[in-house]
Amino acid sequence: MGKRTIIPFGPQHPVLPEPVHLDLVIEDEKVVEAIPSIGFIHRGLEKLVEKKEYTELVYVIERICGICSFGHGWGYCHTVEGLMGIEIPERAEYLRTIWHELSRVHSHLLWLGLLADGFGFESLFMHCWRLRERVLDLFEKTTGGRVIFSVCKVGGVRKDIDKETLDEMVSVLRGMEKELKELTETFINDYSVKNRLVGVGYLSKEDAIELCAVGPMARASGIRQDIRLTGNGVYDKLEFEPCVETAGDCYARTLVRMREVYQSIDMIAKAVELIPDGEISVPVKGNVPKGEFMARLEQPRGEAFYYSKGADSKFLERIRVRTPTNMNIPAMVKTLQGCDLADVPMLILTIDPCISCTER
Amino acid sequence: MSYVTKSPWIIHYDGSSCNGCDIEVLACLTPMYDVERFGIINTGNPKHADIFLVTGSVNEQNITVVKLIYEQMPEPKVVVAIGICATSGGIFKECYNIMGGIDTVIPVDVYVPGCAARPEAIIDGVVKGLGVLAEKRAAMDQKPAVAAEVKEKEEA
Repeated sequence: MGKRTIIPFGPQHPVLPEPVHLDLVIEDEKVVEAIPSIGFIHRGLEKLVEKKEYTELVYVIERICGICSFGHGWGYCHTVEGLMGIEIPERAEYLRTIWHELSRVHSHLLWLGLLADGFGFESLFMHCWRLRERVLDLFEKTTGGRVIFSVCKVGGVRKDIDKETLDEMVSVLRGMEKELKELTETFINDYSVKNRLVGVGYLSKEDAIELCAVGPMARASGIRQDIRLTGNGVYDKLEFEPCVETAGDCYARTLVRMREVYQSIDMIAKAVELIPDGEISVPVKGNVPKGEFMARLEQPRGEAFYYSKGADSKFLERIRVRTPTNMNIPAMVKTLQGCDLADVPMLILTIDPCISCTER
Repeated sequence: MSYVTKSPWIIHYDGSSCNGCDIEVLACLTPMYDVERFGIINTGNPKHADIFLVTGSVNEQNITVVKLIYEQMPEPKVVVAIGICATSGGIFKECYNIMGGIDTVIPVDVYVPGCAARPEAIIDGVVKGLGVLAEKRAAMDQKPAVAAEVKEKEEA
């Protein structure tokens, strides 16, 4: 029985990309308990609902998080469209799906890079981010922005993508796939990478269900859960099977996210094949009627939930967003119990934390 | 770029930004923009750093963290506020938990506009910061001389 010590970890820490604070209770080199405390980037943007009209609020909602900004905009627009009974054109649905999947590719590449940086594989980190820049170039070409796009609006999307650009998008992504293969081979087969990931941070299927884990965290523990299966957007036409692994450790979570990158590229290619011609938005006028609407969306990090309450005016009465990291923090705390102190950054990273989503 | 004779190290703290500027700061360090070719390295230790990059605005909770990092940095030091949130609060200015730009807490030398700030703009901001750093260093070198002059005058 060793002596118990508490080590404060964060919010500013050399290996921590996100401002979260953890009190790590350690005994010798083992973590006995981890107590998270958050609130460093709480802005209170849900309250802005009282000051911004529902059409302007899209810009605020997009800035919940700069990594999955498109998804947040989509989720919010979907709830308002539901409240107002707006049916958006099919082409807009396709375009939204394409952009959302492109976000997933960029987000997972970003995460793979951060993970590589976390276990000290600097060149792998650089290569992941080098590939990611190509996705950002596609974003810049189609929306005008690199991280914040403002392309989703209530009633559809703001910009159309022509046929040539769509084809170019697919060819760029297909070209990327080959280079990505080399990187993923390293993640899968490299001896030292495996040493850091296999068997670390085990989360059983029962615990994942009990602690309400979502997204890749749940899928790596053998739960076949993916909101895209419910067929929002045009996902029902894209025919896909969620990537599920059963090992439940950091390695499995990495595998899930890597397979999802390839899957998203396939989905974009399929959507580009199927996309119909037509309008990209419908005009939206008048107040948001009284009522409530809820929507769910599969973000790169897992299930996100959106809620809007209308008040028969230009201003909504309430919005609420529940983000995936929020749901994964209990699972993270669970995996931290009993781990080595040196593995702590790895475990925090593998839930793909996005604290600015969590605190809003 | 004539003042890049030394390798400035940067430290980055995410105030209450949306991660947009954060990932652009990181993008500066990676192969596409690669500021490491100028000797600029991202460090996690405030005592190693010359330039403090802050994204996002301050709130009650992180005000001490920002101050502590700033105080721990050795002189001369430069603060670069990245993005409109760090400059003035930006889109979140009216939020109840936002106190405003970084300059409400610590002195800021360079402001980089944008939402999110582009990597080119961030690099430009850091290069401007290098100029300020050189000036501050020169001022520090002069200080002992100035003090001696004053002393001489007093004695005379």
